[in-house]
Amino acid sequence: MTDSKYFTTTKKGEIFELKAELNSDKKEKKKEAVKKVIASMTVGKDVSALFPDVVNCMQTDNLELKKLVYLYLMNYAKSQPDMAIMAVNTFVKDCEDPNPLIRALAVRTMGCIRVDKITEYLCEPLRKCLKDEDPYVRKTAAVCVAKLHDINAQLVEDQGFLDTLKDLISDSNPMVVANAVAALSEIAESHPSSDLLDLNPQSINKLLTALNECTEWGQIFILDCLANYTPKDDREAQSICERVTPRLSHANSAVVLSAVKVLMKFMEMLSKDLDYYGTLLKKLAPPLVTLLSAEPELQYVALRNINLIVQKRPEILKHEMKVFFVKYNDPIYVKLEKLDIMIRLASQANIAQVLAELKEYATEVDVDFVRKAVRAIGRCAIKVEQSAERCVSTLLDLIQTKVNYVVQEAIVVIKDIFRKYPNKYESVIATLCENLDSLDEPEARAAMIWIVGEYAERIDNADELLESFLEGFHDESTQVQLQLLTAIVKLFLKKPTETQELVQQVLSLATQDSDNPDLRDRGYIYWRLLSTDPVAAKEVVLAEKPLISEETDLIEPTLLDELICYIGTLASVYHKPPSAFVEGGRGVVHKSLPPRTASSESTESPETAPAGAPPGEQPDVIPTQGDLLGDLLNLDLGPPVSGPPLATSSVQMGAVDLLGGGLDSLIGGTNFAAPPTAAAPASLGAPIGSGLSDLFDLTSGVGSLSGSYVAPKAVWLPAMKAKGLEISGTFTRQVGAISMDLQLTNKALQVMTDFAIQFNRNSFGLAPAAPLQVHAPLSPNQTVEISLPLNTVGSVMKMEPLNNLQAVSSRLQSSNVFTIAKRNVEAQDMLYQSLRLTNGIWVLAELRIQPGNPNLTLSLKCRAPEVSQHVYQAYETILKN
Amino acid sequence: MIGGLFIYNHKGEVLISRVYRDDIGRNAVDAFRVNVIHARQQVRSPVTNIARTSFFHVKWSNIWLAAVTKQNVNAAMVFEFLYKMCDVMAAYFAKISEENIKNNFVLIYEMLDEILDFGYPQNSETGALKTFITQQGIKSQHQTKEEQSQITRQVTGQIGWRREGITYRRNELFLDVLESVNLLMSPQGQVLSAHVSGRVVMKSYLSGMPECKFGMNDKIVIEKQGRGTADETSKSGKQSIAIDDCTFHQCVRLSKFDSERSISFIPPDGEFELMRYRTTKDIILPFRVIPLVREVGRTKLEVRIPTPLNTSGVQVICMKGKAKYKASENAIVWKIKRMAGMKESRISGEIELLPTNDKKKWARPPISMNFEVPFAPSGLKVRYLKVFEPKLNYSDHDVIEWVRYIGRSGIYETRC
Repeated sequence: MTDSKYFTTTKKGEIFELKAELNSDKKEKKKEAVKKVIASMTVGKDVSALFPDVVNCMQTDNLELKKLVYLYLMNYAKSQPDMAIMAVNTFVKDCEDPNPLIRALAVRTMGCIRVDKITEYLCEPLRKCLKDEDPYVRKTAAVCVAKLHDINAQLVEDQGFLDTLKDLISDSNPMVVANAVAALSEIAESHPSSDLLDLNPQSINKLLTALNECTEWGQIFILDCLANYTPKDDREAQSICERVTPRLSHANSAVVLSAVKVLMKFMEMLSKDLDYYGTLLKKLAPPLVTLLSAEPELQYVALRNINLIVQKRPEILKHEMKVFFVKYNDPIYVKLEKLDIMIRLASQANIAQVLAELKEYATEVDVDFVRKAVRAIGRCAIKVEQSAERCVSTLLDLIQTKVNYVVQEAIVVIKDIFRKYPNKYESVIATLCENLDSLDEPEARAAMIWIVGEYAERIDNADELLESFLEGFHDESTQVQLQLLTAIVKLFLKKPTETQELVQQVLSLATQDSDNPDLRDRGYIYWRLLSTDPVAAKEVVLAEKPLISEETDLIEPTLLDELICYIGTLASVYHKPPSAFVEGGRGVVHKSLPPRTASSESTESPETAPAGAPPGEQPDVIPTQGDLLGDLLNLDLGPPVSGPPLATSSVQMGAVDLLGGGLDSLIGGTNFAAPPTAAAPASLGAPIGSGLSDLFDLTSGVGSLSGSYVAPKAVWLPAMKAKGLEISGTFTRQVGAISMDLQLTNKALQVMTDFAIQFNRNSFGLAPAAPLQVHAPLSPNQTVEISLPLNTVGSVMKMEPLNNLQAVSSRLQSSNVFTIAKRNVEAQDMLYQSLRLTNGIWVLAELRIQPGNPNLTLSLKCRAPEVSQHVYQAYETILKN
Repeated sequence: MIGGLFIYNHKGEVLISRVYRDDIGRNAVDAFRVNVIHARQQVRSPVTNIARTSFFHVKWSNIWLAAVTKQNVNAAMVFEFLYKMCDVMAAYFAKISEENIKNNFVLIYEMLDEILDFGYPQNSETGALKTFITQQGIKSQHQTKEEQSQITRQVTGQIGWRREGITYRRNELFLDVLESVNLLMSPQGQVLSAHVSGRVVMKSYLSGMPECKFGMNDKIVIEKQGRGTADETSKSGKQSIAIDDCTFHQCVRLSKFDSERSISFIPPDGEFELMRYRTTKDIILPFRVIPLVREVGRTKLEVRIPTPLNTSGVQVICMKGKAKYKASENAIVWKIKRMAGMKESRISGEIELLPTNDKKKWARPPISMNFEVPFAPSGLKVRYLKVFEPKLNYSDHDVIEWVRYIGRSGIYETRC
């Protein structure tokens, strides 16, 4: 008798028949009926109507039947919450069953039933099961706490389950420990700030002990948890590494990758001079290579991770080029990844081998793979100068094959080779021109046009060639149109006499007949340049181009560091931070590599201490809502943390320099606002991109904190003018509320009393939210600090010019600046930001930053031009501070 | 963690669907079918993201296994789990087929409930699972309390892979050293890459809880033991081999291997894979194929010579064995029953091609080879396998041990 027959019942009136069978007296018949119900459920039929009948079968001593009923309950309880209550009694009873398998089954199933009323009843049995004498029940109960937390987090906290769960980390059974760790890690993810996983050397030691004893899956949970720990110094990091390295020989690739993650992360803390550092590097290579003999899907995950590891620490695998050679039978996804890694590992030492392989691949059949191989040859030429010649001749050979996509790909890379080695390989242009007609992809056409324009003086019939492209100008893609426009202008500047007509034709096509603003703008610029100052035009259009960089497709360093923290996970497969593909608040904790700390520094926590922030105040990860640029407008999420005094900012800079990779976490950790970060890239010489993303990472997470930029108090009222009372003050914004911080100093000889404050009507509508309170009389030479809360409900009066309160605007911007977009144009970073003043004036700003150049260019757009002056000033104060 | 697990047949019909997390809806089942199984183009990645939901899949003959999640899960773990799942199913009902899955769907649901809790993989050792998940269904009332707690202890215990109280009249164990030689050779006969991936498979029929210790001619160990055993090295021909890397079954104490490089363990009962290893140095390449302009090859052994797709007729002459053109496989297959050492054999063939206007190039697949030889091409030797059972007090002298070496071709290819 087989079970497959249950899948085939499709009669009418089936539900009715099943109902009858479920209520049958015969046990066997009942069981058959439940099986049929489950089979229907699997194929997607709605059998929820049978709910009461199925639940009636629950009270049985037949474990198989019980499991089936439970399975049904998990699926349909949510749709029938009232009826689900009927099952509660059986659950509670089963939780007391003498058989541990049944106790565990009951608590496991109960946690899967997401009905509020049931969860209330779950608490008591769960509490008992967490302390059950049988480890099997305890390990099931540990996971159940995570389930319950997912349904009702508050309940779990109120019932004190979290503490019980923490106690289970010290359990004698390794599997209980592993499940408790998994549950706690998951719960901690939804409370990034809590100290749930209060990892300290003692608890770490327990975890490391359990690591040796638990199942392969348990080892993964524990290793993933260890990776979140930040050792206090390099000695601790080393000792953990030593205990984790044996895992590299585990047969389970996930255990190996998780171990690699821990090692890669903690390695960051070890000094490179250490012998152990070298040993560790050597130990990492063989297991990574072994991963490539696993199943193809696992190879794929491994290769995506190796791609990251090779970028972070190229030294690990630099001698292992051969293992990445593509095998004929590899699935295409493995082939493409291997190719990527081959290019990254290519060096002078192995280039001959690599090229021979790439040439082989270029004759394969899979179009994507072949394209990538051809492109790879070009990248080798750019990367390893000595091989350039050979690469170019290989590419020429490939062009001779006349395989359409190979030719196009080759032309695209040859363009890059020209950029890298100007005036060296131009002899091949003739060959390229022969293939002009076969190019049908925009990228290849654009590349070819670029080549023709760039070397117009050497190509006799350049004008004819370009003219042939011009015929179908409007059908071309923008990329080609732009390139064609530029190429013809270049040609005109080089051979003005013969091509006047051509240039006029293209300019009119671009400016008059095109709907594309980019194209039109470029057309007009050329037109004006050419008509007003041909010499300047020559300087602009034919300017010497900067060399292109060697490495392409590198992952941005901050992202790379973050991804290293996610080795083995989906994030490392997608090469994206979790926030890019995970919904909601879960898993968007921003992770970063630990900074290097020497053991001699007796610092509390490496994250906070060198930054000069109050110790113990920040968690080592900073909650950023969403992606760097994702959820910037969502402000009130970070916990209010008082920022460190501004005076330390210069010290800060020094620290940043030392910490390198830890830059991001460091600045994040200290909640510094704009000034230090904006200045940091210049002083650091670090990649400006990372600095910038940190900057706005900050604004997002920290915008609501008082730690954001506060201008130093300025003297508003000198003592001379006010009979001895000196007032200095500043405006701050704390958790969204504006307040005015005042410092009153009595410089007269008498005691002062009875202070009051009045706000004149102003353009921001600011008014005191509470009366000014200065309790004690102010005796001579005494100073008091007052913080006066303000609101913006006062009447707004537009003042000409907007003056007195400019201080406010500057303060407010610092926490009210939102970055809209960031992009990189020709080595300059462009930041687009929007500002909103409290009176509702919106300002759009474009900030242009050039690496290595301390000057920034700011352009503003605003409905109320009066404010722009102040915005400029504000930026200046913020950035120069 | 894993949010749900689905099993489909080749048509994309759901055979098993189990959802563990609330964030995975019923539509996920269909999303995978539409976007992956029924996708117009073959899916080019084992991980697919559809509407912020990630699908991991493996295909086992014509059965699709898919795990779904909305979180940043450990991807390596998910794939390891899916393969483990296949192992477990194979252990219960041999062949994984649509028929078998339908026949055992209750069992599979039971299993899924046990080995995955809220998406976290739990103990998945078949040895342990079989004690309490059976096709007949266990009847709780018949179990003694003793038995029950023994089950739970085993499932959660340190030695989850072996139960206590196993007895055999005759203690016996079999060791198979299985190696597959992988070779990629250029048409000029230059070795592009060669490695041996080996497995040591053990079949143990031992009573009680035996402590085992396995030794082989690993270079590091032999050097570590130093001059004391120098005579031993001189005795055994090829002294020691350099193992690039090895991985072990979870029964092996890894920390002990790391510190002393000794392989000690309590084996599961029956067959299991004790270790896997990889070597790249000093590999004995059993055969060499030297292709000439027309496909030519030399060397129980089989050479597969691919032919262009438009082949119409083939004439082959070979010195030894039989060669046949198989049109369905687009290859000339040359089989040789026996081949003596240090000998050379030759095949030559003429291929007639039909004129075609198909512009697609012929991919020129490499010449591949299948063979089996009775030695380990890496040179690995088992030096000892010590067994000691403290309670029953027997040792390796009382155990019948069998050792066998098999070298097989892995991907053994010569480009032409």
